[in-house]
Amino acid sequence: MSEENKVQQPAPPKMPWEEKPVPPQPQDAGEHPLVRELEAAVPGAVVEALEFAGQVSVVVALDGLMAVLSALKGMGYRFLVDLTAVDWKDRPEGRFDVVYWLHRHGDSARLRVKVRVADGVEVPSAVELWPTANWMEREVFDMFGIYFANHPNLERILTWEGFSGHPLRKDFPIEGIDTGAAVYPDIYPPGGGPVKPKGGA
Amino acid sequence: MNELLWTYVGWPLLKILVILLALVLLAAYLSWFERKLLAYMQIRLGPNRVGPKGWLQPIADALKLFVKEDLTPGFAEKFVFLLGPVLIIVPALVVFSVIPFGPSPHLFITDVNIGVLFILAVSSIGVYGIILGGWASNNKFSLMGGLRSAAQMISYEVPMGFSVVTVLILAKSLSLVRIVEAQKQAGLWFVFPGFVAFLVYFICGVAETNRNPFDLPEAESELVAGYHTEYSGMKFAFYFLAEYANMVVVSSLATVMFFGGWLRPFPNVSALAFLDVIPPLVWFLLKVAFFLFLYIWFRGTFPRYRFDQLMGIGWKVLLPVSLVNLLVVAYFVSLPGGQV
Amino acid sequence: MADLQATLLGGEEMEVSFGPQHPATHGVLRLLLKVDGEKIVDAKPIIGYLHRGTEKLFERETYPQCIPHTDRMDYTAAATNNQGFVGAVEKLMGITIPPRAAYIRMILAELQRIASHIIWLATHALDIGAVTPFFYTFEEREKILDLFEEYCGARLTLNTMRIGGVPWDLPEGWTHRCRRFVDELPKKIEDWERLLTNNRIWKARTVGVGVIDAEKAIAWGLTGPPLRGSGVAWDIRKVFPYDHYNEVEFHIPTGKNGDTYDRYLVRMEEMRQSVRIIRQCLDRLPDGPVMAWVPKVIRPPKGEVYFSVEGPKGELGYYIVSDGNVTPYRVRVRPPCFVNLQALPELVKGHLVADVVAVIGTLDIVLGEIDR
Repeated sequence: MSEENKVQQPAPPKMPWEEKPVPPQPQDAGEHPLVRELEAAVPGAVVEALEFAGQVSVVVALDGLMAVLSALKGMGYRFLVDLTAVDWKDRPEGRFDVVYWLHRHGDSARLRVKVRVADGVEVPSAVELWPTANWMEREVFDMFGIYFANHPNLERILTWEGFSGHPLRKDFPIEGIDTGAAVYPDIYPPGGGPVKPKGGA
Repeated sequence: MNELLWTYVGWPLLKILVILLALVLLAAYLSWFERKLLAYMQIRLGPNRVGPKGWLQPIADALKLFVKEDLTPGFAEKFVFLLGPVLIIVPALVVFSVIPFGPSPHLFITDVNIGVLFILAVSSIGVYGIILGGWASNNKFSLMGGLRSAAQMISYEVPMGFSVVTVLILAKSLSLVRIVEAQKQAGLWFVFPGFVAFLVYFICGVAETNRNPFDLPEAESELVAGYHTEYSGMKFAFYFLAEYANMVVVSSLATVMFFGGWLRPFPNVSALAFLDVIPPLVWFLLKVAFFLFLYIWFRGTFPRYRFDQLMGIGWKVLLPVSLVNLLVVAYFVSLPGGQV
Repeated sequence: MADLQATLLGGEEMEVSFGPQHPATHGVLRLLLKVDGEKIVDAKPIIGYLHRGTEKLFERETYPQCIPHTDRMDYTAAATNNQGFVGAVEKLMGITIPPRAAYIRMILAELQRIASHIIWLATHALDIGAVTPFFYTFEEREKILDLFEEYCGARLTLNTMRIGGVPWDLPEGWTHRCRRFVDELPKKIEDWERLLTNNRIWKARTVGVGVIDAEKAIAWGLTGPPLRGSGVAWDIRKVFPYDHYNEVEFHIPTGKNGDTYDRYLVRMEEMRQSVRIIRQCLDRLPDGPVMAWVPKVIRPPKGEVYFSVEGPKGELGYYIVSDGNVTPYRVRVRPPCFVNLQALPELVKGHLVADVVAVIGTLDIVLGEIDR
């Protein structure tokens, strides 16, 4: 591919979009001003800090989460952009990452806060700090089965009450599960699994 | 004997039949007119498939409504549910018995000396059709539509009544034929001395017929279809027909009371006598058509009021205005030589 | 006595299920309203009727295969959805796209913004009872869709951006037709405004309805026009410029009172600003390729990235976690409508039933994105 390119455009210097893209590298962000600021406010809170593609993420311990979040809110992060989770299935440090993505309007700084939790461990709710966390936490609960302590109304939000399973977990089959609503059990096998074509395999 | 039978039974029945048929047809074609006009206001074509230029569309609609399944919701109050459409269609049609379409006695069914009172009284029965229908449907949206409608019609009846009284003071009669004749004698339409009364009357009329911008009882985006959400087939057709018949009533009354009924403009100015080539009935229909056009124009232009704002306009604006107007008109009429 | 009064005057609260089959809920939103007469005591949005598991599907598809799925989220703004997703992947892989591609993306995105705002205006006005603007506005939307169709063959689900650029160059004469459209549009916007902006009834229905102040708007995480209506001049295109938005001039319209009327004015002005951006893009549209060099198999490095664009509804973000495979490990979409809808009970409490539809309209929600 690159050889062909050379034949077509021989001499002039290559423009950035003609070159092979250089992917960003993760860097340690322990010295990043945002992390330092947080470290100064809550000493010892940051377990790990990484910078990737210009975005800073810090990992904090579950015990110190509320302290970190309220300190961050005090530091001007008034806007909780996003709250979500990632399922790492068999990771020893804890199965899930709960990810907070915070924004500060003053200098447009954005900081990603991650906390590692094991399956079945409750995470303190951030609804007190940012009301917008309400539905986001409900969605995380619905999709991952992560419980949030002190949440005012921790119900399923996108699936229905009584749905069993948490769809975004890695062990949830992508074809779905039998929800009791399957009308054609010969095509959609009970208990989930690949769809059987009609007339047998 | 034969002649008596003809005078007292045959001829009135014939007139009733003709007017009834004409009215139903008129209401049906009014819907076609509305759809077409609204379409042109909204840069589209409107009905144009059934018959030339969609002329047969109302017939097709009527046929569709006739053959449609007549559903009654499971938990509805069956008898009241049936009563609703009856209660709304009957008064809407009955009031036409006193509306004069022209000067000759052949052009109205009857001329009672309490014509205006009769119309006001009978047409208020229509609200029962709406509220009972809304309640009997056993649907929350219908109920809310019915309640809205009841509140709206009752509160707008008051300023409407006052504006009608203004005309009565000017004409000194409750008979609709006499009102027109009074305008002929006075040589001018009552809209000139009673312009404010006319405005109040027409605004109230739009509100009474639940039309835009006062179409809250059937506000589609809020109450789905309001009081007739659960109605289908012929029962729905009755509500539909009654709405259009009521529009015709309000327009006819406005014509009779304020715009000289079948009279040509400035009935006393002989320079305009060439206008007499147009027969009185046509004059009447032209004026009615103009008001119906206004209705449709409103619908094409205005958003919808909110319920509290609607009540506010009725009680806080229209009622005081109509009262003051009534006093002023009464004062001028009572002055020596103040007879119009 | 007090009991008697309560029976006679107090009345009971009634629960009304507003939707999911209701003409004014913009899809399948269901609101459980507690009403006292016509007054809203409480509103509880119930969502999820359109949930298709898009985020789960992303985990199965390769990166380029994900792009069509983004179309189906906010189906009134497919181009900006594409823009967000491909932008995120490009950021993850460090791809720089050629300027012509960036400008084409901006033109498409701004056209899409206008189209989306047109749908908002039409349905919002329809909800409030004004039927005619619907037809006037959709006439213009039709022209935008025609432009889209000419460019990429689709009208609604465009699938018109690729990782590394855009799939095709503009067809011949397209820029000319696009310019003619944007030259005509401001006059049409004026026409629509003449129908509504100073209309007494329109004002009565929108001024002071659904008020939210700046502080609360930020706390509730509102973005896009609902936030700007409250007076916060905040726009991703200015704060974190993507593509070449830093090279074009436009300003962020803001409101003062944070009510439905201000949000209406903000969106109307945004359409004009979009026209302005498109004009500048057409003027500057550089020559050159429309695709960057990208590997045949898109396999981003291990890492995670959040990239957001200013969608017509607000900040549309994509959080992509990659484990170095050809399929994303996790894609999270930050849906602006989902977050904005959350503030609805706050906005309608104490208002009347008729205001609910006004507030739903002013939040400009699309259920495809809320439920994903």
